[in-house]
Amino acid sequence: MRNAASPRLRRDSIGFAQLPVLLILLLGLAIIAYPLFWICMSSLKTTQEISISMWSLPRILQFQNYVDAWKMGISGYFLNSLIVTVSTIIGVLLFASLCAYGLSRFRTHWLKYALIFVMGGMMLNPQVCLIPLYGLLTKLGLRNTYFAMIIPYIAFRLPLTTLLIRSFFLAVPKEIQESATLDGCTNLQIYAKLFVPMSRPILSTAAILTAYYAWNEFLFAIIFIDSNKYRTIPAGLMSFRDALQVNWGPLIAGMVIASLPLILLFVMAQKQFIRGMTEGSVKG
Amino acid sequence: MTMKTLRKASEPLLFVLPCLAILGIFVYYPLVQNFIYSFFRFSAFSPEKIFVGVQNYANLLKDTIVVTALRNNLRYAIISVLCQVCFGLVLAAILEDRSFRRVSPLFRTMFFLPVLISISVICLLFSFIYRPMDGLLNSFLQFIGLGSLARPWLGSAKTAIFATIAVSQWQSTGYVMMLFIVAIQKIPDELYEAAEIDGANKMQRFFVITLPQVREMFFVTSLITVTGSFMVFNEPYILTQGGGPGTSSITIAVHMYQSGFFKDMMGYASTIAVVIFLISVFLGLIQLATFRSGED
Repeated sequence: MRNAASPRLRRDSIGFAQLPVLLILLLGLAIIAYPLFWICMSSLKTTQEISISMWSLPRILQFQNYVDAWKMGISGYFLNSLIVTVSTIIGVLLFASLCAYGLSRFRTHWLKYALIFVMGGMMLNPQVCLIPLYGLLTKLGLRNTYFAMIIPYIAFRLPLTTLLIRSFFLAVPKEIQESATLDGCTNLQIYAKLFVPMSRPILSTAAILTAYYAWNEFLFAIIFIDSNKYRTIPAGLMSFRDALQVNWGPLIAGMVIASLPLILLFVMAQKQFIRGMTEGSVKG
Repeated sequence: MTMKTLRKASEPLLFVLPCLAILGIFVYYPLVQNFIYSFFRFSAFSPEKIFVGVQNYANLLKDTIVVTALRNNLRYAIISVLCQVCFGLVLAAILEDRSFRRVSPLFRTMFFLPVLISISVICLLFSFIYRPMDGLLNSFLQFIGLGSLARPWLGSAKTAIFATIAVSQWQSTGYVMMLFIVAIQKIPDELYEAAEIDGANKMQRFFVITLPQVREMFFVTSLITVTGSFMVFNEPYILTQGGGPGTSSITIAVHMYQSGFFKDMMGYASTIAVVIFLISVFLGLIQLATFRSGED
């Protein structure tokens, strides 16, 4: 609570001295915000309006663009993205939390090599494995299926997620586990009934980070999938553009639809989103 | 009894095995295979592979596109560190300053928004902004009387790479800014109060307190941006149709993609992937070393 009479208040408000800085901030804001506003505005214009009067507001709001975009293929891409993202999240959380439990709750000597194995995975970029992975997925008959995205996504998200969950598990007091063992619980029960419910904060952080990755991933999505049937939204937008040619209204509406889920997720879980990104960056 | 000890010893294995198996099959095995592939010549469409020894590596050294690509990656890295890391830090420091406390949530959220948007949406947006005749950028330049500056940003070999780099800055500066905001929020208030009592002005407080306190984050974000700059694929792939005009805006990842999937020289593409691997391991080891040192 600020006291209106306190001298601090003067420093808290924007004074004359801050004006140049404020102007720079506003300029930055315009550079970032105007293009975003432009997408939203243009998504409600006719294609003709977009090309002839790029700057002006729509005369009549063309919500039809959204209907057209949805019907002309965005719905399929959207559903594919949803399937791939949700499957990736489930896979990553399951395998990473199991592995994190194993790495943090046992004292077997070879586990430290397993930890190095996991950490090493963080250094490897998808680009490096692209060509063999393409061959491998073809050989396994997985190319051009949802699994061609889900499995590599899980594989490349596992190292970071495992390490995040592991550091959370390491902080759990040993006594909890010991008393559960005395009660006759097996490790699998301790994992499922104690650790998983307890670690809900880190699991949801990990889920958000994974959703962010899987929803926007482009490289694998464009190379491992040839069929329009399995395209996710980032890759699908490219074929959508090629199919629509100069029919910009629905294309721009499709761009808005593609962006909405993550923006909504951010609005709903802003704190966790940012925490996840910070932890992910420091450890990744 | 021995059965029981064996079961006890193998118990952790049950937990870590699924994860290690997936990593082994889909990350490490392809990595090893990539090295082997780099000594062969083969096509994506036929199972036949011809051993060519170090021929691919010899070709790599003669390949002028590699030089162009790495130069572009380096440009990406330098501009990204200057814009995202340095400017991102300044932005974060301004927004965390008491004077801007009231407006900072708005700025923070707006600057962060592009981070959430898929790269293909952003590239499509910028293809509208950069349109040569009626694009937003050129018509804006004309409007403010700088029409002479207008040019086909993506269509000219001189500007294509910089126009591409600019898109990445537009998207990612907010991300680095957010990381710095979190780092600055962790600095104890007492430090600033003490400096204020000593009569330090805002600029001095930034250099004497903020900068040293976020040193580690500065290093981490620099490494992330540099690593990202050497891996960049999406922006040139979408914006300039794979590094055009000619190869003027090509990057090493795009060159690998084109060699493999466009020219169907999968073996040579694997050789380029080895270069990418060496760069990423070099940067990754630096990061790992500093992460370790950050712990103690």
